[in-house]
Amino acid sequence: MALAKRIIPCLDVDQGRVVKGVKFVDIRDAGDPVEIAKRYNDEGADEITFLDITASSDNRDTIYKVVEAVASSVFIPLTVGGGVREVEDIHRLLNAGADKVSINTAAVFNPELVSAASQRVGSQCIVVAIDAKQVSGPDEPLRWEIFTHGGRKPTGHDAVQWAQQMVERGAGEILLTSMDRDGTRVGFNLPLTRAVSEGVSVPVIASGGVGNLQHLVDGVLEGKADAVLAASIFHFGEYTVGQAKQYMRDHGITVRL
Amino acid sequence: MSQQVAIVDYGMGNVRSVLNAFQAVSAPNDQVFLSNDPERLRAADRIVFPGQGAAGDCMAALRQDELDQVIAELATNKPFLGICMGMQVLLGHSDENNGTTCMNYFPGGVHHFVDNAEQLSGLKIPHMGWNSVAQTSTHPLWHNIPDHSMFYFVHSYYVAPEQPELTVGETSYGIDFTAALAADNIFAIQCHPEKSSTAGLQLLSNFLEWDGS
Repeated sequence: MALAKRIIPCLDVDQGRVVKGVKFVDIRDAGDPVEIAKRYNDEGADEITFLDITASSDNRDTIYKVVEAVASSVFIPLTVGGGVREVEDIHRLLNAGADKVSINTAAVFNPELVSAASQRVGSQCIVVAIDAKQVSGPDEPLRWEIFTHGGRKPTGHDAVQWAQQMVERGAGEILLTSMDRDGTRVGFNLPLTRAVSEGVSVPVIASGGVGNLQHLVDGVLEGKADAVLAASIFHFGEYTVGQAKQYMRDHGITVRL
Repeated sequence: MSQQVAIVDYGMGNVRSVLNAFQAVSAPNDQVFLSNDPERLRAADRIVFPGQGAAGDCMAALRQDELDQVIAELATNKPFLGICMGMQVLLGHSDENNGTTCMNYFPGGVHHFVDNAEQLSGLKIPHMGWNSVAQTSTHPLWHNIPDHSMFYFVHSYYVAPEQPELTVGETSYGIDFTAALAADNIFAIQCHPEKSSTAGLQLLSNFLEWDGS
């Protein structure tokens, strides 16, 4: 046996409610984060990630209540991201019961946050989320850059180098999203995933583009990802986490079943 | 029968998860609480000793209030569960933070995975995620947990007790290392049972039933 490759369902939470239409047929309340997290736990999810997309600052405290409620009823690791700007935000999320906190845009504008946070709470709690897009032309060597604002704003940072810098500052894990692929369901950007995963010493979670179970297998075997994150294929009931794991095992990948 | 279960809270990492998980598996009359008060710890029936972060910080926090001495005392006479860093500091010495003297409850060292770099060959550090634990000896805390069940790990250092017979669980990550050790009333485990779903909750539940022998 060996360390298992992880499957991580990702849920968008807005003002304390799960959004983006989770469609479990027999669930009483498809917007209830606790109920959905429990379901994914029962299906064998290895972790759960919540992305807080609450826009209004008046309602930002709702995420803490969600984390408290989920952490007291689901006993697998819980990562929370979205809107994390200060060490204090991280501390509050961890105190509420999160196991890891994901820092995205704030890491780009204030890399020192990653250093300060990892020193305060330990690298094992700090995930740096990287949104990358391919910037090389058709005949050039592949190259990807970090983008912010949902993939609209380039930053000029090379994705692989940026990931390495984040690890030097104390990131314990990298959540890598291909902005070219996100929402397309055509599979992960495998060259990007592989370049980052082979470029850093910490685990890399692949995200963006999953449309079927073979994509998960490709992410691990070709992309060298340590974990795969997906939203829609699980939310819409196309596949259960258990089916995904069985498929991965059938393709020679160690999973927790 | 109600019992008091004390989780030692000395400011090292997220003890909330440990509290949540014990509350989920304990009987309605059980009292599960966080404390760093020596008197409350002494009065408890069971001691849970968690910990996250770096060994140096951890030992500094324990020594600050002489909690290390209280822990050493409690470790002699009650069912005692060490988790993650709460396991590592029971050893004699950790290589972390340029060398940290630990509680030396169990002679032996705590080493970084990278010290075995040739065996690691591309494995990521920290060892983060679900890995299987081979039950190398029978123990009441393994009750109803299938051998080789997977548990959730997050760590860069591992324990190497001088007495190999202390090891009751073993995990492979580049090398085979001690994932769980036990002696008398102490059981200590490297992974996080509080985050290890069914298998982890079963282990915590077993601890609440264990008479410490």
